[in-house]
Amino acid sequence: MATFFDTHFSLLATLVKIPVVLVVLLTVVAYAVWLERKVVARIQSRWGPYLVGPHGLLQPVADGLKIFFKEDFFVAEADRFVYLLAPFLTLSIALLPIAVIPFGESFTFRGHTVNLQIANPDVGLLFIFAVTSLGVYGIVLAGWSSNSKYPLFGGLRSSAQMISYELSLGMAIIGVLMLSGTLSLHGIVDQQRGFWKLDGLPAFLPHWNVFVQPVGFLVYIISAVAETNRLPFDLPEGESEIVAGFHTEYTSFKFASFYIGEYTNMVTVSCLATLLFFGGWLGPSFGPVPVRVLLSVFWFGLKVLSFLFVYIWIRGTIPRFRYDQLMSFGWKFLVPLSLLNILVTGLVVTWQNA
Amino acid sequence: MVIIFYLVAALAILAALNVILQRTPVYSALSLIVVLCALAVVYLLLDAQFMAVIQVIVYAGAIMVLFVLVIMLLNAGREEPVDRSRLARWLGVPLIVALLAEMLFVIWRQFPPASTTSAVGVDGGPSAIGHLLFESYVLPFEVTSILILVAVVGAVVLAKKQV
Repeated sequence: MATFFDTHFSLLATLVKIPVVLVVLLTVVAYAVWLERKVVARIQSRWGPYLVGPHGLLQPVADGLKIFFKEDFFVAEADRFVYLLAPFLTLSIALLPIAVIPFGESFTFRGHTVNLQIANPDVGLLFIFAVTSLGVYGIVLAGWSSNSKYPLFGGLRSSAQMISYELSLGMAIIGVLMLSGTLSLHGIVDQQRGFWKLDGLPAFLPHWNVFVQPVGFLVYIISAVAETNRLPFDLPEGESEIVAGFHTEYTSFKFASFYIGEYTNMVTVSCLATLLFFGGWLGPSFGPVPVRVLLSVFWFGLKVLSFLFVYIWIRGTIPRFRYDQLMSFGWKFLVPLSLLNILVTGLVVTWQNA
Repeated sequence: MVIIFYLVAALAILAALNVILQRTPVYSALSLIVVLCALAVVYLLLDAQFMAVIQVIVYAGAIMVLFVLVIMLLNAGREEPVDRSRLARWLGVPLIVALLAEMLFVIWRQFPPASTTSAVGVDGGPSAIGHLLFESYVLPFEVTSILILVAVVGAVVLAKKQV
């Protein structure tokens, strides 16, 4: 039995990790909705969900049940295959990137190294970008296949918006890549261990990339909001202009797929911001190995939660952009700024290596 | 590995056939996306991780989005078959066969079945490709980028409203 355990260890570990990560992710997504409703309610001086469970904590369960028992409606003139494919595509593409996100310190278990990550490809970061670049199809196809005016507008808007902001999103992180010299997410986090050495000051500033890449971080976080179609960039579904945009004609579980997909994307970009700019799972840690590992997962979770909170905060604070403002902001401000950031970072890196 | 290759290759060929045979333009575009993703998996099997990922980002993620956008903007429905020219009807199939035979012949001569040439063991990671691109092939690389820039400027000039 021991030999079977040893030879198939990585397979067994992966089989354990997949369901655990999936369940945790979907729970976080469900409670992100609850958190959003609570925080936005607080910003607007309301109570938010309060009746189901203490402080409305069981509201996600109630919402899930409600959505499940809704009539599964089909639009008569819709393109049935694509109409069904779109929510399915959105959900599955949203769930994929989590596979390469590391969420804690590696440790050894009976002589085997365990990475707290489902898969660790060398091009982990590019994998995430490849998968998320396909995410736009779900929205575009939903808009097209509904065979209705407003969804079509939503689909058109989203395709233009997501291509534009993907550009600045990708270029914002190039500064980080130049500093770390690797595309592996594990490697990028390992580079941020320790503290910045400042002359005449005690080492108090963590060796996080955000302190040397503030512009890159700013561009990343703005583009990430636009990529996930969140307020103030939620033009594809802007309800005051085009009813509900691409998901106007969707009900029941097909609608829920879009909803879950959007919040999962939020979690993904928050994880990525944590890993690239805020040292991932690194933080104060002490004690024996199990405690250290748990602490690293705790720090990672805390950082991701803070980003989710910032997301919701932005949503509650800033009104929606106009469409032409959105496009010119992306192309005339964010893209040049990220190019400048690449140029400056490149010069500094070359100067330091010389 | 071999089983995965045959599955993916079959998928790519079937999807490519569907691109041509499909009468609804959106379905053709979707099939083309499937072809591109299947090719990315083939790259992965050849240990060319970087190429696989870039294939998905550039072709499936950016260029095809543009295709789908244009199809949606034109609101193209089903294509009606037009009267094909008599020349195409008689010469079409022989020409396809000739082209296929030509391609097979070239591949056969390049990689005879006896010598199992494989790309396994070659580093297909980003740093290897970066070294090749910016050291050995830096001139073609830069010339290509200028070519693309010229095309972009040309497109803007053509599409611009006359002032």
